[in-house]
Amino acid sequence: MQHTAMGSRTPFQRFAYSWKRSLLKYWDLYLLILPVIVWLLIFKYRPMYGTIIAFEDFSPSRGVLGSKWVGFKHFERFFNAYNFEDILMNTVKLSVFQLIFSFPMPILLALVLNEIRNKRYKKLVQTVTYAPFFLSTVVMVGLIDAFLYPETGLLNVLVMKLGGSSVNYMAKEEYFRPIFIISHIWKGTGWSSIIYMSALTSIDPQLYEAARIDGANRFQSMLHVTIPAILPTAIIMLIRDCGNIMDVGFEKAFLMQNDLNMGASEVISTYVYKVGMVNSQYSYSTAVNLFNSVINLAMLLVVNKISKTVSETSLW
Amino acid sequence: MKANRIRSSREDRAFSFVAYTLATIALVVTLYPLIYCVSASFSDPMEVVRGNVLLFPKKATLLAYQAVAKNQSMFTGYANTIFYTLIGTSLNLIMTIAAAYPISKRDFRGRNAITVLFTITMFFSGGMVPNFLLIRDLGMYDSIWSLILPGCVSAWNLVIMRTYFQTAIPEEICESAYMDGCSNLKTLIRIVLPLSAPIIAVMVIFYGVGHWNSYFNALLYLRSRAKYPLSLVLREILLQGVGQEKTGAEVIDSVADLLLFETLKYAVIIVSSVPMLLLYPALQRYFVKGAMVGSLKG
Repeated sequence: MQHTAMGSRTPFQRFAYSWKRSLLKYWDLYLLILPVIVWLLIFKYRPMYGTIIAFEDFSPSRGVLGSKWVGFKHFERFFNAYNFEDILMNTVKLSVFQLIFSFPMPILLALVLNEIRNKRYKKLVQTVTYAPFFLSTVVMVGLIDAFLYPETGLLNVLVMKLGGSSVNYMAKEEYFRPIFIISHIWKGTGWSSIIYMSALTSIDPQLYEAARIDGANRFQSMLHVTIPAILPTAIIMLIRDCGNIMDVGFEKAFLMQNDLNMGASEVISTYVYKVGMVNSQYSYSTAVNLFNSVINLAMLLVVNKISKTVSETSLW
Repeated sequence: MKANRIRSSREDRAFSFVAYTLATIALVVTLYPLIYCVSASFSDPMEVVRGNVLLFPKKATLLAYQAVAKNQSMFTGYANTIFYTLIGTSLNLIMTIAAAYPISKRDFRGRNAITVLFTITMFFSGGMVPNFLLIRDLGMYDSIWSLILPGCVSAWNLVIMRTYFQTAIPEEICESAYMDGCSNLKTLIRIVLPLSAPIIAVMVIFYGVGHWNSYFNALLYLRSRAKYPLSLVLREILLQGVGQEKTGAEVIDSVADLLLFETLKYAVIIVSSVPMLLLYPALQRYFVKGAMVGSLKG
């Protein structure tokens, strides 16, 4: 009955009707979601609107609308800054190396765990490797610092016992990236493997049986059954990581940074903090940050597009 | 299984051996720093500095823990963090459910627009300064709300929750409850939420760990020491070298106190991380389920 009634209406009438029906049916859910939408607009969209100050000489007393419009002045200033190239290259190197070295690890761990037939041992390895994820960044950097401390840290104590001499690793530029990336792998591999483990649980066991009947050994089964099954998940994760390529763990870089390793540890996000929050150059800091976001977004779109063409897997 | 074992070839045994070896390496590499941390915290500082502590505590003592217990900042930070985590996580849960349940309904008009609005926040945000200015303009600077409200709903978690409601709760249940005159809100509270324990556990972990470990918002938005969460106190002790003055020992000039600091670091790390390390094995079985739901495309 409804159907015939709707057939004779204009699209607008149909639209209005469906809204009316939805409002009548779900009025209490609309009330429920209202505070969340208000929150979203205030805490997420108001700051996005606030990024306009990147194009202004913002003064807090004049507000976003009252401040003087200066166009791309702050962007130009950043591109011409004496340390622009260093900061950009530090950011790119840190994130690209981190991606290259840490991305395959959770996949490898999931593949290995998949081959462990002893359930209790598998559970043990899983539980232990998840654990570091629950340590905070502060604790993590504190731990690194304690282990690498000159003279008294575990590593230096052991090196000295073997006749070597103590090195202040945290104060050397050349060690910054390796320390950063190795600790990232230590902390995140177990946790990131969960998503691959869950992809593995959805493999039909019959596929393995079929492979075995066809004469495949376990290594070949892994190559031809397991890996293809987790590939789409891996691609999705890769696209996501590429979309955050410029967001190398800010907190960690910030906490690991000191005057002596600045040459490697100064990345865009720590620079944004320094000029914005320490030196109160609000517009300039926002411009640098916006530049960063735009690169991220561009990377995400490009990688997503490539992946869509090559493998037909994409975020949307 | 038995048939397989008989047929398992030499290659398969070698393959299995490699898998077990790699898993064991992962186990040892992850576990050793944690074990060392525990052992060092219970050891005599002199033994730690000399490198005699490798696996088990040497000349076991509770000195480091006694120093932590005497530290007033640690104590305040701990209490603050527990408070922020409880309030924050509760609000996170309420707000995430309040958004996820309506948009899980296929005939809820506006759900697509709301989903898009949230999805955009996954990939683009205002950035440090605009967020800071907002907090200041709202009068939340140096207030606990500055730590709790900005991250109230995570878009990723929202998608996970919505997907759970769509896939794990049969639509017919809600429809028939509606037909029986049960309001949507009542259906949510009486029927849907009791069926959602696994996803709520996952959310508690995600949000709870986030609050417990959060550091940067507090650094940006808090000024009074009395409101400092644990993470800021930890940073002072572990990384700013001002630890010694804050260890509770009034006189720091003595060599003994300097030495004590070597084990105190580890004790501080243990004390601050234990709650999360105890919480997660209890909820671990839900992770895979949560990850599975979340891995599906939004």
